Amino acid sequence: MSKQLALVIDLNVCVGCHACVTSCKEWNTSGEAGFLSDDNPYGRDPTGTFFNRVQTFEVGEYPDTETVHFPKSCLHCEDPPCVPVCPTGASYKRAEDGIVLVDFDKCIGCKYCAWACPYGARELDEHQKVMKKCTLCVDRITDTSLDERDRKPACVLACPTSARLFGDIHDPGSEVSVAIRENGGYPLMPEWGTKPANHYLPRRKTRMQIHADELVRHDNPLKVDGKLPRPATSDPSLDDVTSW
Amino acid sequence: MRPAWSVLFFTTLAGAGQGLFLALVAGDFLFGLPRPWLLAGAAACLALTFAGLVSSTFHLGHPERGWRAAARWRTSWLSREVIVLPAFLASVFFWALGLWLGWPDRLVTGLAVLGVLLAIVLYVCTAMIYACLPFLQEWRTPLTVCNYTALGLTTGTYAAALLAAIWHPPMATWYATGALVVGSLAYLGRLASLARNARLRPKSTLATAIGVKHPKIVQIAQGSMGGSFNTREFFHGRPREVVRAYRLALLWLLQPVPALLLLVGGASVAVLVAALLLHYAGVLAERWYFFAEAKHPQNIYYQAIA
Repeated sequence: MSKQLALVIDLNVCVGCHACVTSCKEWNTSGEAGFLSDDNPYGRDPTGTFFNRVQTFEVGEYPDTETVHFPKSCLHCEDPPCVPVCPTGASYKRAEDGIVLVDFDKCIGCKYCAWACPYGARELDEHQKVMKKCTLCVDRITDTSLDERDRKPACVLACPTSARLFGDIHDPGSEVSVAIRENGGYPLMPEWGTKPANHYLPRRKTRMQIHADELVRHDNPLKVDGKLPRPATSDPSLDDVTSW
Repeated sequence: MRPAWSVLFFTTLAGAGQGLFLALVAGDFLFGLPRPWLLAGAAACLALTFAGLVSSTFHLGHPERGWRAAARWRTSWLSREVIVLPAFLASVFFWALGLWLGWPDRLVTGLAVLGVLLAIVLYVCTAMIYACLPFLQEWRTPLTVCNYTALGLTTGTYAAALLAAIWHPPMATWYATGALVVGSLAYLGRLASLARNARLRPKSTLATAIGVKHPKIVQIAQGSMGGSFNTREFFHGRPREVVRAYRLALLWLLQPVPALLLLVGGASVAVLVAALLLHYAGVLAERWYFFAEAKHPQNIYYQAIA
């Protein structure tokens, strides 16, 4: 089976610090595909192009609420609906590692791929007028001049809580596959059959289960406290310490 | 979705051009229309379709690279449309040229048949651009193809009736009757899709969007302090009253008012000009509402700025 690189994002660990957002923007705005334009960054109505955003949701009703920080980027679907609709072939999925990419020189800026993505993962750059999206830092992960441990997407390296894992989900022994398998990784909006490669790990709670009967002692059923009688020397014993 | 005027004008004008050509060929086939009149009709058809084509380039970020869009016809309906539209224009052009220069009848008829086929294929391509997207549930129905075809045909027939009233009055009543019949069928089709869409239930919810199984989830922040491409492209951003106004325009101007005008006023030039303009305003409102009505599932991720 061919490779499918992907991110696995652990919602149990994400603290919503936006470090992945800023490092993504920093790396990719300086990349070979050109800058990611911003407008009014310090003004009234700031807007800009991002590959990655951290959203925040409140689950439940007060007082039983829980805050979920939810990093969202292109999911590099195994069956990407954005690719076949592209009229120029600018939008494509790499055969060798399954990354969904845009050839910025072929893109005519018709926005059809963005319409065809149910996740809103693609953003049109308002100045370059071409479609932009997460590349899994393709220029970085394939750069052999970098140290092996640095060949990871910028967001993964930036995450202070290691909520983001990166690897090949088709390799059953990879870190990401193990995480998906053993920690209940799930895809987003499975109802559309896009088969997202990126998976999310659910919030997990460690709860102590104490039943009422566990609160009373069981090793003293007669409720007699005190020193036990010393066994006789002739009694059979388990070891030499208690038998003298 | 946000209705883009470039696309609204493109689909309505090109649809009218195709419809006009189909009306011309149908009239000629049944009654043998005079040549100068057919040439005037062909010129109008080419003008309408070409105006649509020009309008569509305003939708592109890089119109100068537009030629590349013919590359992926195997998978993309947009690419197919980009190929079929110039082919349709060319076949209409050569049909008119053949009529003008008196090419052999068999060749001119062949070009007419080719034009008819391409006009129909072009309707299907245009509509399938929208109908092929599975998660835009409002568009994902055969009714989308029916409506694009029938409405384009209606506008074209209204235009043919007007042209006939100006240059070839004997045909005006026939075309006006055609516009009444075709337009009423198209109107029924549009009502059917409105009724269907009113009963749709969105497949995606916040629970499936973020994968947390809880009926009560509220977005607190969408990850930006201002808007983004995602908040601009997929929302029409108009108050409910405006949407309702477009819907009313759709319901009244698309067919009832122009049809009433024709029935009361007869097929005179003034009445047909009014009917065509009112109907075209209705078609624009219909197309606007078609986009505004479609709820893109990505909007689930963009509900609150904080």
